[in-house]
Amino acid sequence: MITFPILSLVTFLPLVGVLFLLFIRGNDETVARNARATALLTSIFTFALSLYMYAHFDKTSSEFQFVEQMSWLPGLDINYKMGIDGISVFFVLLSAFLTPICILASWESITSRVKEYMISFLLLETMMIGMFCALDLVLFYVFFEAVLIPMFVIIGVWGGSRRVYASFKFFLYTLLGSVLMLIAILALYRTFNTTDIILLTQVGVPEMMQKWIWLAFLASFAVKVPMWPVHTWLPDAHVEAPTAGSVILAGVLLKMGGYGFLRLSLPILPEASAYFTPMIFTLSVIAVVYTSLVALVQEDMKKLIAYSSVAHMGFVTLGIFTFNQQGLEGAMFQMLSHGVVSAALFLCVGVVYDRLHTREITRYGGLVKNMPRYAAVFMLFTMASVGLPGTSGFVGEFLVLAGMWQASTVFTFIAATGVVLGAAYMLFLYRRVVFGELNKPDVKAMKDINLRELSIFAPLVVLVLWMGIYPSSVIAPMAPSLTRVLDQYHARVTHKTAMTPAIQKTAAPTENTAGEGEAQQ
Amino acid sequence: MEYIAVLSPLVGALVAGLFGKQIGDKGAQFITCGLMVAASIAAVMLLRDVNFGGAPRTVELFTWISSGDLNVKWALRFDQLSAVMGVVITLVSTAVHIYSVGYMHHDPAQARFMSYLSLFTFAMLMLVTADNFVQLFFGWEGVGLASYLLIGFWNQKDSANAAAIKAFVMNRIGDFGLALGIFAVFLTFGTLNFDAVFAQMADKADSYSEFLGYHVHTLSLIGILLFIGAMGKSAQLGLHTWLPDAMEGPTPVSALIHAATMVTAGVFLVARMSPLYEFTPEIREFIAVIGACTAFVAASIALTQFDIKRVIAYSTMSQLGYMFFALGVSAYSAAMFHLFTHAFFKALLFLGAGSVIHAMSDEQDMRKMGGIAKHIKFTYAMMWIGNLALAGVPVFAGYYSKDMILESAFAAHSTVGTFAFWVGIAAAFMTAFYSWRLLFMTFHGKPRASEKVMDHVHESPVIMTVPLAFLAAGAVAAGMVFAPYFVGEMRGEFWGAAIQVFEENDTVAHAHHVPQWVKLAPLVAGVSGILLAFVFYMRALHWPAAVAGCFSRLHAFLFNKWYFDELYTKIGVKPSFSLGRFFWKKGDAATIDRLGPDGVSAVIVKASVKARELQSGYIYHYAFAMLIGVVAVVSLYIYKVFG
Repeated sequence: MITFPILSLVTFLPLVGVLFLLFIRGNDETVARNARATALLTSIFTFALSLYMYAHFDKTSSEFQFVEQMSWLPGLDINYKMGIDGISVFFVLLSAFLTPICILASWESITSRVKEYMISFLLLETMMIGMFCALDLVLFYVFFEAVLIPMFVIIGVWGGSRRVYASFKFFLYTLLGSVLMLIAILALYRTFNTTDIILLTQVGVPEMMQKWIWLAFLASFAVKVPMWPVHTWLPDAHVEAPTAGSVILAGVLLKMGGYGFLRLSLPILPEASAYFTPMIFTLSVIAVVYTSLVALVQEDMKKLIAYSSVAHMGFVTLGIFTFNQQGLEGAMFQMLSHGVVSAALFLCVGVVYDRLHTREITRYGGLVKNMPRYAAVFMLFTMASVGLPGTSGFVGEFLVLAGMWQASTVFTFIAATGVVLGAAYMLFLYRRVVFGELNKPDVKAMKDINLRELSIFAPLVVLVLWMGIYPSSVIAPMAPSLTRVLDQYHARVTHKTAMTPAIQKTAAPTENTAGEGEAQQ
Repeated sequence: MEYIAVLSPLVGALVAGLFGKQIGDKGAQFITCGLMVAASIAAVMLLRDVNFGGAPRTVELFTWISSGDLNVKWALRFDQLSAVMGVVITLVSTAVHIYSVGYMHHDPAQARFMSYLSLFTFAMLMLVTADNFVQLFFGWEGVGLASYLLIGFWNQKDSANAAAIKAFVMNRIGDFGLALGIFAVFLTFGTLNFDAVFAQMADKADSYSEFLGYHVHTLSLIGILLFIGAMGKSAQLGLHTWLPDAMEGPTPVSALIHAATMVTAGVFLVARMSPLYEFTPEIREFIAVIGACTAFVAASIALTQFDIKRVIAYSTMSQLGYMFFALGVSAYSAAMFHLFTHAFFKALLFLGAGSVIHAMSDEQDMRKMGGIAKHIKFTYAMMWIGNLALAGVPVFAGYYSKDMILESAFAAHSTVGTFAFWVGIAAAFMTAFYSWRLLFMTFHGKPRASEKVMDHVHESPVIMTVPLAFLAAGAVAAGMVFAPYFVGEMRGEFWGAAIQVFEENDTVAHAHHVPQWVKLAPLVAGVSGILLAFVFYMRALHWPAAVAGCFSRLHAFLFNKWYFDELYTKIGVKPSFSLGRFFWKKGDAATIDRLGPDGVSAVIVKASVKARELQSGYIYHYAFAMLIGVVAVVSLYIYKVFG
């Protein structure tokens, strides 16, 4: 058993690195060199610590572990409360795992303001991990919003030519959601005098209030996921962000929405979650089909992968709202798998972007000839994205759809077409970039991936295959916690359904329009 | 033993794929071929133990996916069906591996090629040795991947890449059905293990469930969804257009994947599901009709094609149609038997065609061949054997299996069975015709190739001819030797519990008692087809053109493959792209962004401009505003107090 506050340590360790970075002085080159090394070391330490934490994590328990509680705003009874269960532990690991990879990926491509860049990334890591550990709504909110700031800076400062537009779009979308979420949190606080997430799951929020709060949360989470139709910030943000920014954005930030649903919407607002399920299903299948079709016609590599992310995250929201074991575990697994695979795909784009400085698909072609290693790695991740069995991509999609089938055959049917379209757009991308004649002189001159790049890809390759061949090692530790969420949900919802239909019917029209309105903002 | 049979190809694929540079082409070839020989020996020994010794077994490896009740393991299940498939796969694959050493020896990426071949073999073996639906799906998609990689092996060619993607995506459409079928199985039976599912089959025979708002018979729903998967993989009518295009891949690939093994996975799936399909007569009728139509359509297209590989590809599709209508009349063992013999003679034909192409300096168009029989006598003989087996001439393998299928169809004594029988006879006639058309056009007559090519015509090296001889032995003997076991008296012991047929549906048993004319009909059709081809292509050489001219509409219809590709481009591919573009430009940009972030920021900018105008700096502006404010407050006050 660990006796020291391990979660706070994991969360704030990157800040120690930031502190060191602030003191680096000297000419530009030494600063850059030292900043890189410091950031890398810090993030590797953090990752090692998170592994240590995972080793001591009780994988059979459904309870929150390593719980820390300190009075924060004593008069208001708002606490600094951290703790993780089988759901959040994997997100902490994912964040800690991807940060060193991002820093390595920026090793050569970022040359200006290296120190500030590294500071942003370490700050980002603290905020992400903190968010996944927080067990108090206010604390959660603080981290949830604070993540935006370094991300905003990373896109806005080190981004491409339209970075300002992209970062403002990103900010506008997320800000609107945040405001509504803050109001919802205040409402909960005023009614129940607590912001403790665990306590709130037990108070039993009145049904009408649930719906409003649920919608307010949705506004925030839907933007993060992102769900259709509030997804349009994502392609722009990805396209303009530096490679590592895209990696974190796709790898971790998108998961905050799904995590929010699992941690807050389902346990605190079960009746509302059940009530709004048809809407979520509809928006999700639209996301899957619509964005898959859009991905098919993209000319920009990053945009294509960004749209594919929206489609893949559509499976996540579908899975969460099936309210059964397969669906929930599938959604969790899909999030983790997408975190690894989409991160890897953005890294793949980064590799060629670093060499040719364009993301236009038609500028490439025939890379398999001069970059065989790259072609092999890219192929593997393409297949994982397509959801080939044996890679991590399959397990999540399969479980979600298997769970989905129990909830609704119609939505399963529509969502499953995304699997066909997914194959089409990914293979079409791969063909245009990697296959074909190698006849452009500048493409011919491109060199295969070097040792640094290989060492970035190697852990991702291992993880994708590991999660594909032995996924039960990942599913088993999360199962108890998800079962707890499900049990709580079913205890509340089935208990109520006997007497609610009449109320639901009268409330339906107004609520529905409100729902659409929220979603479109 | 089980491990050797299944895992040695994987080892071969990994070694050749990852360390191809280090061990060199020769090393990669040696290792993959050696491991394939080992796998074949193990598979044959397993067949002996399982089918002849009556000892099916399952080796469980470790848990794969476990989520609630959904619990599947990696397993190597060798029952009678798997063992037969295992032998087919490993033997043909070994022959193709060895043949490829010779065929590909000019290619710069031989290690990669061998690696893909072994990878394919592994995936196919995983497919047939699955003891649950999910591992079957793993193998199913795995062979799809290998097929994609091998069709697009010459990846600088645009046509090869297009064909590879087409194959993968078309198969995905089938897999879509298969996956939905698996979900339905899970919902119905609460498990995805074959044995556990089959055990509950009778209990669920009358259950109904909801599908897309309809109330449908559960087992029929599962049956049709699984069959859609089979249609994609086995290129049945509707989902077949990828198979001819797949001929873009190197010829050994066509022999292994697109003739002998992968495309028969659908047949295997339906045979494996025999306990289910026995409860769904309507679905079996559907399967029979699709199979019969496929046999007919494919054979009719093959009549007009000029690419030697495409003719054989359509022939494969047609033969798969035979297997399916056999499945449709519950003659599962007959279908498996045809699968078994077909693997030998079709692989032989493909590899023989490869030998021809090799000799003709990579020419595939039969219009540019002719008169090469005397230069490549061995290949010529091999092609004869392959075609005799395909046409179902007595003694050769195809005779036993194809006749058994047709007789079973007849013995079903149902409308669908009789339909399948007559369509099958018609297809048999066309099969014989196009087979000998191929022989005559390729080997006989005057040479139509350039002199340079003709000077270069040579027999293939020993490393290519030995596999041909081996397959030829199979094409001659496999029918005769195995008929008693697959479909004869010993079939009960041979198949054990792997194939289940209701007493009243046992068409294979009834097939032995059909009238004499039924037994002779296929032979008559075959021989007349051969004779007609002889007249057309050896005697009256102007006839083909004359007939084509006479029925120019029909000829164009057949030559353009019933316009399936054009249709799919029109209703599938093009709309998807234009819809995608519409959603992107009109949906994302013109609607969501314009009303959303861009609209909001535009409104803010506008409002700020207006607000700036208020701050004019003139005292009287402010005084006026104050005045209005005072009036408003006072009127409100008056309204409140006196109103």
